[in-house]
Amino acid sequence: MDLNLLERLSLARGASGDEGAVRSILAEVVGPLVDELQVDTIGNLIAIKRGASQSGLKVMVAAHMDEVGLMVVGADNNGFLRFRPVGGVDARVLLANRVLVGPEGIPGVIGAKPVHLTSPKEREAPLPVEQLYIDIGAKSKDEALGAAPLGTYVTFDTPFTRLGAGGAQGAAESGRVAGKAFDDRAGCCVLAELLAESYPFDLLAVFTVQEEVGLRGAQVAAYALCPDLAFALEGTVCDDAPRPEGEDVSPTTRLGFGPAITITDASVVADRRLVELLMDTAEREGIPCQVKQPNVGGTDIGAIHLQRGGIPTAALSVPCRYIHSPESILDLGDLENCIRLMRASLMRLPSIPWKGR
Amino acid sequence: MEEVLRALSEAYGPSGNESEVRELIRGMVESYADELRVDALGNLMAIRHGPGKRVMVAAHMDEIGVIVSHIDDKGFLRFSNIGGLQNLTLLGNRVRFADGTVGVIGCEKLEDRSKVPELSKLFIDVGASSKGEVRVRVGDMGVIDRSFAMAGSRAVGKAMDDRAGCAALVLALRKMGECRHDVYFTFTTQEEIGLRGATASGFGVDPEVALAVDVTATGDTPKAPTMAVSLGGGAAIKVRDGGMLAHPGVKELLVRRAEERGLPYQLEVLEGGTTDARAIQTSRAGVPTGVISIPCRYIHTASEMIDLGDLESAVNLLLAFLEGEIEL
Repeated sequence: MDLNLLERLSLARGASGDEGAVRSILAEVVGPLVDELQVDTIGNLIAIKRGASQSGLKVMVAAHMDEVGLMVVGADNNGFLRFRPVGGVDARVLLANRVLVGPEGIPGVIGAKPVHLTSPKEREAPLPVEQLYIDIGAKSKDEALGAAPLGTYVTFDTPFTRLGAGGAQGAAESGRVAGKAFDDRAGCCVLAELLAESYPFDLLAVFTVQEEVGLRGAQVAAYALCPDLAFALEGTVCDDAPRPEGEDVSPTTRLGFGPAITITDASVVADRRLVELLMDTAEREGIPCQVKQPNVGGTDIGAIHLQRGGIPTAALSVPCRYIHSPESILDLGDLENCIRLMRASLMRLPSIPWKGR
Repeated sequence: MEEVLRALSEAYGPSGNESEVRELIRGMVESYADELRVDALGNLMAIRHGPGKRVMVAAHMDEIGVIVSHIDDKGFLRFSNIGGLQNLTLLGNRVRFADGTVGVIGCEKLEDRSKVPELSKLFIDVGASSKGEVRVRVGDMGVIDRSFAMAGSRAVGKAMDDRAGCAALVLALRKMGECRHDVYFTFTTQEEIGLRGATASGFGVDPEVALAVDVTATGDTPKAPTMAVSLGGGAAIKVRDGGMLAHPGVKELLVRRAEERGLPYQLEVLEGGTTDARAIQTSRAGVPTGVISIPCRYIHTASEMIDLGDLESAVNLLLAFLEGEIEL
């Protein structure tokens, strides 16, 4: 696995609707590996890898390029930029973060009224975004809006960091990393790695846009490509955080326990045959995996499975802590096992009775 | 009629897991249809070919249910909802899983018994004394386990929403003589979680006109929300619900056919909720779509109640629609 690719993808700036930088990296990396590379009208990057054999299957695998971010909606007379979220940003943790504003990446800091001046009651609840602003050091409205006009995208300025004792020198197959946008650059990384191999069918790898604002890229790509089956690769919710003593509940996913298989989430009931293919392959190959807690979140397959006359779908995810905030943490073993499980499952795909019931 | 309804009501079929219901219906309609198809999302189409319009008639096979989210060390299951479960009605109910496992819904000690408990306070007891004894897995779905019963002329059971509609389609298909139109009796999946089966099959069938047959609420019980639909008043012809306006031409044609044949009917305006018709109506470039509703009390509980006379008038109205000219 190419840790350098994950780092490049994590650092790339691409809030929903502004995925160009991520697309460029992926086009450069997967271009030499595939037979055809297209960008559709909405901005999805479609990489087609022709199959080695003629199974007649067309399989779409999607991972979304976009990340949650912010957008400039105005400025006040003192040069502070007002903003609104793009996608489901965790507004509780915005204050005091560094951000990069606009295509030039102008540095900024998210500010609010000093804590000294707040009442105890005000400190009980997180500040709504309406009370936050981005400080880019501008001294007037004109200066602020000159640098960042209305509609300017803002992303988190988060370094990519190896965690743990091994640090930067640790083995790539173990350890954990912190960075932004692992939802879903982890999935993009997995999908890019999958394209190194050939499969016994035509693989349509789609790096989608605008997932975080409503699965929009995946919707049009699935309609246009009309695959027989589809998978989504995700960086998903992981809440294996400290819990009260003795509480016996399952977290949504756990870091280090392998990729997570979706049974159902808010957007889809995964196709049972594909879920069983993933589980059975994990068992045969000795790859750890886990079941994601039902009904949490949604992925591109929520849109894909409803296209045209219906498409059987499933999702496989890399657990990522703290997603939709400036920071996320994933386990490199989970990432590697996600690649292994998806690759092995795809290889076996033509052997399952995917048509007719 | 009663036996078809009983078998359908008691079958297991939470959203996304409709295969048992599909096989049951397949057996009921196989010898009456010209062709059977199952699409990618599991929708079953029983097709009667004819020279006229391509007509889609949809009733959903799935029912609301529970999904296991956690199994604790003592073998109790925690669960989430599949579709619009009503927490108020869950305590003490039995649930049944695909493998036959039966459990009872229990509740933690409540701080405030005057409030309806959240799902996180409830659990399912499958009779296990440790995690190791539990056969079901996280992600397995269960349904309310309740037998069908007759109360006078009224049928009571789980999942009348929408097995009553499925029964109407089965009975109409069986009764239908020569087929004037190209009719796709479509038994859909995943209605309760977002009309998903109908979204796909609406595109796949590509109908020129469509009907959904589903249950609707009534306003005839003590202190019920105001609604001019009552049990026993005949099939209800939908004017609007929370998700759609019925195509006026389809609605008018249904009214005309009911009057021509002297069938009891009532007009329906439902405040909340919607049906497969909403998804079919906006499929492709749009489909003129209406709904025949079967009045039903206690929807989304273990004991949904319908009147057999209403079911019969729904069947006859559906037949009257399909057997006549469809000019909108």
